[in-house]
Parts: sequence; structure tokens; C-alpha cells
Amino acid sequence: MGTAMDAEPFLKIEHLTKNFGDFTALNDVSLEVFESEFVCFLGPSGCGKTTLLRAIAGLDIQTYGRVEQNGQDISDLPPAERDFGIVFQSYALFPNLSVRKNIAYGLENRKLSKSKINERVEELLGLVSLADQQTKYPAQLSGGQQQRVALARAMATSPGLLLLDEPLSALDAKVRVHLRSEIKDLQRRLGVTTIMVTHDQEEALTMADRIVVMDQGVIEQIGSPEEIYSKPATAFVADFIGTMNFVPGVVARSGVVKMGNSELNCDTLSFSDGSAITVAIRPEDINAQDLSHTDNVVEAEIHHLEFLGSYYRAELGGAAFSGHDIRADFSVNLVRRKAINVGSKIPVRFPSDFIQLYPGMEG
Amino acid sequence: MVTASTTLNNPADLKIVKPKIGRDDWIMRTCMVVIGGLLAVFILLPLYTMLSKSLENKADAFVGLANYYEYFSTPALFLSAANSLQVAIISTFVVIITAFIYAYALTRTCIPFKWFFRLVALVPLLTPSLLGGISLVYWFGNQGVAKGLLMGETIYGPIGVVIGSSYWVFPHALMIVITALSITDARLYEAAEALRTSKVKTFFTVTLPGCKYGLISACFVVFTLVFTDFGVPKVIGGNFNVLATDVYKQVIGQQNFQMGAVVSVVLLVPAIFAFAADRIVQKKQVALLSARAVPYQPKPNRKRDTILFCFCGLIAALIIAMLGMAQFAALVKFWPYNLELAFNNYDFDVMDGGGWDAYWNSIRMALYTALFGTILIFFGAYLVEKGQGFKTGRTLFHMIAMLPLAVPGLVLGLSYIFFFNNPNNPFNFLYGTMGILIIATITHFYTVSHLTATTALKQMDAEFESVSASLKAPFYKTLFRVTLPVCMPAVLDISMYLFLNAMTTVSAVIFLYASDTTLAAVAVMNMDDAGDIAPAAAMAMMIAYTCAGARILYVILTYSINKRTQAWRTR
Repeated sequence: MGTAMDAEPFLKIEHLTKNFGDFTALNDVSLEVFESEFVCFLGPSGCGKTTLLRAIAGLDIQTYGRVEQNGQDISDLPPAERDFGIVFQSYALFPNLSVRKNIAYGLENRKLSKSKINERVEELLGLVSLADQQTKYPAQLSGGQQQRVALARAMATSPGLLLLDEPLSALDAKVRVHLRSEIKDLQRRLGVTTIMVTHDQEEALTMADRIVVMDQGVIEQIGSPEEIYSKPATAFVADFIGTMNFVPGVVARSGVVKMGNSELNCDTLSFSDGSAITVAIRPEDINAQDLSHTDNVVEAEIHHLEFLGSYYRAELGGAAFSGHDIRADFSVNLVRRKAINVGSKIPVRFPSDFIQLYPGMEG
Repeated sequence: MVTASTTLNNPADLKIVKPKIGRDDWIMRTCMVVIGGLLAVFILLPLYTMLSKSLENKADAFVGLANYYEYFSTPALFLSAANSLQVAIISTFVVIITAFIYAYALTRTCIPFKWFFRLVALVPLLTPSLLGGISLVYWFGNQGVAKGLLMGETIYGPIGVVIGSSYWVFPHALMIVITALSITDARLYEAAEALRTSKVKTFFTVTLPGCKYGLISACFVVFTLVFTDFGVPKVIGGNFNVLATDVYKQVIGQQNFQMGAVVSVVLLVPAIFAFAADRIVQKKQVALLSARAVPYQPKPNRKRDTILFCFCGLIAALIIAMLGMAQFAALVKFWPYNLELAFNNYDFDVMDGGGWDAYWNSIRMALYTALFGTILIFFGAYLVEKGQGFKTGRTLFHMIAMLPLAVPGLVLGLSYIFFFNNPNNPFNFLYGTMGILIIATITHFYTVSHLTATTALKQMDAEFESVSASLKAPFYKTLFRVTLPVCMPAVLDISMYLFLNAMTTVSAVIFLYASDTTLAAVAVMNMDDAGDIAPAAAMAMMIAYTCAGARILYVILTYSINKRTQAWRTR
């Protein structure tokens, strides 16, 4: 993706604001999407991700701001004059048309010959492996099959931009995982620039080249899945994606924070000495295995131990956590070897690379 | 990579994006303005003309409220308002209680032959409201077979009006109450049972509150229908004057159009209030429904089921007796002296009233109304529901479309005289033609059809239009290929509704027909007026058979059309 970033962006969103009456659904959002990129808008419901997608599609045009696609200003164009294909959570397949006719729908009014249309439909049916279902009506297909038809219909006219609005949310877990890789595969093969809206972090982490995390109408962070996960820019992102422990603390001096009765070494960023901060670390980054390093080791008491199959999730208490219980993941092997039990007191290490600091929580 | 910017620009400095209106939007908006304009011309302007007429004297000069002053100081006229109110209130009581018990039996008990009771209860919808009145004449009139049952009271008056009105508004109330009783959640009853609530207490704490809004709505509908009805009091009212017959007498009898307009306004005001109250109540009803409700399955209860079965049997017998007597009277040679059966009463061409031509006119009028009305109303509702942007226009359209429900047919008809009879009106050429009858009927029954279409369109996935736009398919392609086929059941419903009402309505057309455009229902009234009661009954039965035939044809037709166009519904 590195080289693509240097090119002109395919989609440029500048200072987008969308008001519904007094409610601000999008607040000055700016974003760039590059050719062939797969971008996910991720956030809780009501964060504005669908509003942003609908503004890009022209279905609900923004109140202020500019949208540029492929070098053309499309800010005020109705959907019919833009270049995109769209797939909705509800599939929105035409119920009275067969699979084949659904896919051919967008090809019919483009002055294409019948044989050209048939050729293209065959190609698409093959692409989503539904050739044997083409005469059926949508209601006769499973949810996953219906969504594949919707995808084929959206791709039929070879749009420059593919928009997916929670395409997998209506499906059951197994089908969802399967279709996830199928969509990603299809997108990579066709190289179509894709934006997907989702509230499912796993979906975003596995499918996206870049994730746009949104909350309350603003973008919290844009980055690759790895960046978003390991270096969450805000406490919201840290909390929303994966599991994160938050413990209040104070910056003791540059490079050192005080958490409960312990001092931890970490990058104190631009926080000034004495400012209240929140120390954050993921459960899987708390280390009880390799204690050859002696820095950042604190004593913890096991309050609760939950067996989750491939690992244990422990709840730790202790003087270092100022009354908060924090979660840590221990391997089954470790728990057995060290005979960890509820009530055991063990040393755990907070590797400084994995510690995130955020401004102190109110109260 | 972080761009969590919030306060880059002050919105006041920014230019609001004005969405460019696409070709489809232009076409749709133009169509909507045209249909909305027609609707305004055919409902708002006539009503306005009537209102201003009520403020003018015979020389068309403005006199303020003088006509109203005269109206309220003439006891004979004022009495009619009280009469109307009286019969409307009594009928509402009678009908709502009967309809509630009947509907309760059909939805909440295990009585047998439910399908039969349901069918019989809907029969009055197929007949003009006059038929009940005519039938009552034969049962309880001066030469009636069961005159003794009235114990000296006369049927020509409030008693007759209440019975006759109750007969024909019964199905209207029943349908609303059945719907209200059907949308219940069985879990509420399970909870009540688990808490050992008595059956009586459950009825008052769960059943009644659950259908409260439906009952209120039914009350308003029944009240308005009876209050504004013209057919029943005309036939059986005798010297008992009500507002609707007063309008007729002022206009047709005394040619006093101004006073007719005043009485119309008096008739219109309560109807509008009832309508507004009903809209408010219905909005609340919607919130009561949850998608997760579990349907209620009644359990047998011998005592309750027996009592309610007898009740339903009685009501059904009464309805059949009304219809049966009209048919019998129509076939009898000379009531009550020669009870031999013959078809001489069907020889309409030798009577006044329009003859068989009137019958064929009615069929033509009903077919045109169904055809043009369905196209216009469905397309109008489509534009309101599926149009993009132009929110003011769409809301305004919807509001105008709701108005006809509040306007009694007689008031609409009179307004049309004032409006279309004016030689300066560019639509004046419609006056006295079949066209004005069709327009009046479509307008009169616009609202219910509009709501049927709107409901069907709302049930469709809102994203069909978005997908079509992204595929650059023009809106009319999606309309004809997807929206219309999917909504076909609703479209057929609308055309049936329009046909039946066009066949049976009297009030909307009574002022508007010309000698060559007499209608069957009008002929019923005119023959009854002339004393040819048996032929009137015969014509009323012809209407009933035609409507029943249309209904049967409709069932067959929808079955075969649905088999072709709705195949996708089956899994």
C-alpha cells in the first residue's frame, strides 16, 4: 500500500458536516481514500459512519463540505450521477426478479447487446459462485447467497467505488466469517476501491487495509488494523477495539508514571510532570512468564480465574492498581506450571512498549 | 495519520451544499405537483367556493354571517342539527357495542363458522345505504309484515334511521375492531393467568385497554358516517329531518343554494373534528404494536362460546333478514295484496328514475373510477413515499390527500355545483358529464385508497430506490419492474374499493348527475321518492349482485394474478 499513498487520492472528503435539525451527525470530517484500497468505517451505532457513507453515495447529501471522486467534485450530485455500487445490510434485492434478472438490472439500460449482457451476467454469477441458483427468487436463497447476489448486482456495472453498508450484520456467525474472506478476496481480485461500514471490530481488523474509527460524528483515528490495535490514538479507540485495562495514574517525571504504589517506565509523551493520566494496557500484553527484566514488575493477587479454553483470563488486584481489578491473559501452560490459583500472589510485568497513556479520567 | 480535527471551520463561514436535482427528481416532482394541483382543484377550490357561497346572499353579494344567523334563528333548521346528533350518538352506541361483541367472538373465542359470520357481516358494504331503509319499510312500514313489533311506534323517524344506519355502518366498525382485537400479545394473557387474575379483571385490564384506540377510532368513524349520511334518513326518515336531508331539501326543493351551503358547513365542522381526533388516536395505536408480539390463540370455553355463537347467529340473521326482505319485495308482484313472484319490478325502463340506462351508467362510472382512480392514487402515493427531497411538497400533498376523508359526500357534491357550474371556470365543460361523476367519486374516496397505497409502499425496502439510482436505472423502470408488481395486491384492493363505492354511493353524486348520466343508486332513491318502492328494492338488489359479482371476480382475478406476479413470495 506504501506506494499508493504517494499517488493522488481516489476519494477526497473535505470538512464534511451533516446536520439533522439540531443534531450534528458528522462534524467536520476529512478523509482520503486511495485507489484499490479497502477502507472500513468502524464505530458504535450512531457514530456517523453510515451518514458518512450515505453522503459519499449522495443518498443524504452533507450540509457542508466537499466530496471529490477521481478528480471530479461530486459534492452536490444526486446518486444517479455518481459512480458507485452499493450493498445494504437488508440486501435490497428486488424480490420479484430472479437472481439473474437482479444482476442484469443495471446492465439493461446501457445500450448493451443482449449477448453482452448475458456474458457479463454469466461472469458475475461465476464470480460469486451462484451459477446454479440463477433462476431462483431471492426469498428462495439463504442470507449469505442473497448478499452475494447483491454484491454481484453492485459490481455488474464495474463501478469505480464499492460501498458496503453493514453487509454482513444480518447473517449468522459462521456465514459471516466465510463471506468476510470471500468479499475481501473478490475485492483484491477486482481491485475496486471499497468502503465498508461496520460496527464489528473483528470484521474491520480482518478485512480492511485501513480503518477509520469514528465516534459522535468525528474521526477518532485512521490507520492500519495493526496501528489501530497496538497504538490506539485515544482512550475511546483503545476501549472500543479489543479489551483494554485502564488504571488512573500520575506522571512522576519524564519517562516514569506512578500507578498506585508502583512506578512504571514508559514513554510519557508530552504529558507534563504531575499531570493526571490513565495508564492503559491490553490483557495479553501483561507478562507473567519472562521476568528476566526487573523493571515495571508489580505484585498482583489473583482475584478471579476464568478458563476460556486456549487460555485463562485472570482478574488481578493489588496495591499497584489502586483498587481497580485489571484483566490479564495467561496461557494454560503458565497457569499449570506456576500453579496459579485464586488467591495466589505473583509478580507481573508491564512491558513499557505496550503501555499507552491517555489524559486522566474525570473523577 | 491522526486527523481527529474538530474546530477547523466555523459552519457560518461555510457554504451550505445545495444538492443538485437529477433528471428523475425533476420528473417526479413535476408529476407530483401536477397530481397535487389536480387534487387541490378538485377538493380545496370547491370547498372554498362553498364556504364563500355561505357568506353571500342570493344576488351573490357578501353578507357576512347573515345566513348563519338566519339558520340558527330558524328553529326548524336548527332542530335538524339536534336530530342528526341524536341518531348519530345512539347509532354509535348500538353499533360499537354490537361490533365489539361480534368481533370479540370472531377473534377471541372458538365458535364454529367464523368464516360465515365474517362474510355475512361484510354484506352491507355491497349495498347502497338506501337498501336498509327500503327493507325496513317492508318489515315495519305502514304495510309491513312485522309492524306490530314496534308497539304503535312508527318506523318512519328516528327508530328507522338508527336501525337502517346501524345496518350499513356495522361492517365499517367491525373491520376496525377486528383489527384492534387481532393485534394483541398472547404473553399478556399468559402473564395475567400466571398472576391468577380473574377473567373479568383480565378483560378490563388487558383486553379493553389493548383495543382502546381501535374502539375510539371506530366510534369516530361510525359517528361521522351516520351524522353525514343521506340515504337512510331520505328513505325512512319521514318527517324526521336531519342535516343531510336539509341540505338536499334546501338545494333541490327550494333552490336555496346559500342556505344549502350554510347547512353543509354545519355538517362539515363536526366531521372535521371527528376526523382530526381520529387521526390523533390512530397515531397512538401504532406505537402499541411490537414486532415480537406472540399471536393470541383462543381456548375453547363452552359457556362463553355458546352464548357468543347465539349472538353472532342473531346478528347474522338480522343482516340476512334485511337483504332477504329487499330481495323478496323486489320479486313480489304487488305488495301486500299479490305475493306471487314475478320480474315486473325489474322493468326499470317503464319507471321514472333512469331505467336500465342508470344501471349501465353506474357500471361504466364504477369501472372508470376504478381504472383512473387507481392509477392516479397509486402514482400519487408513490411520488409522496419514494420521492427524494422536496419535503414540503410531499408533506403538503399528503395533507391534501387526507382531506377528502373529512368531507361528507353531500358537501363535496354541493361544492362541485358551486365550483363547476360557474361559466367562468375553465373546468365548466365537465358540468353535467360522466367526467364530473368520476372525479367526484375518486375525490370522495381518495383518502382510504391513498392510505392503502402508502402502507403498501412503506412496507417495501427503502433502499430499492438507492440501489436503482446507483445502477443508474431511471425511476420509472424500478416503478414498473419492481414497485408496481410487488404492490399488486394493494393496487387490486384499491381498485376494488373504488369500484364498490362508486356502485353504491349516493351522497357524492346526488347533485351532479344529468338526465343522461343517472346512476343506479340515484335511481333507487328517485324511484323510492316516487313511491315505486318495489322497483327501488329491485334496483338496490341489482347493485348488490353486481358488487357481489365484482367481489367474486376479484377473488378469482387476484388469485390468478397473484399466482403469476407473486410467485416469488413462496419459498
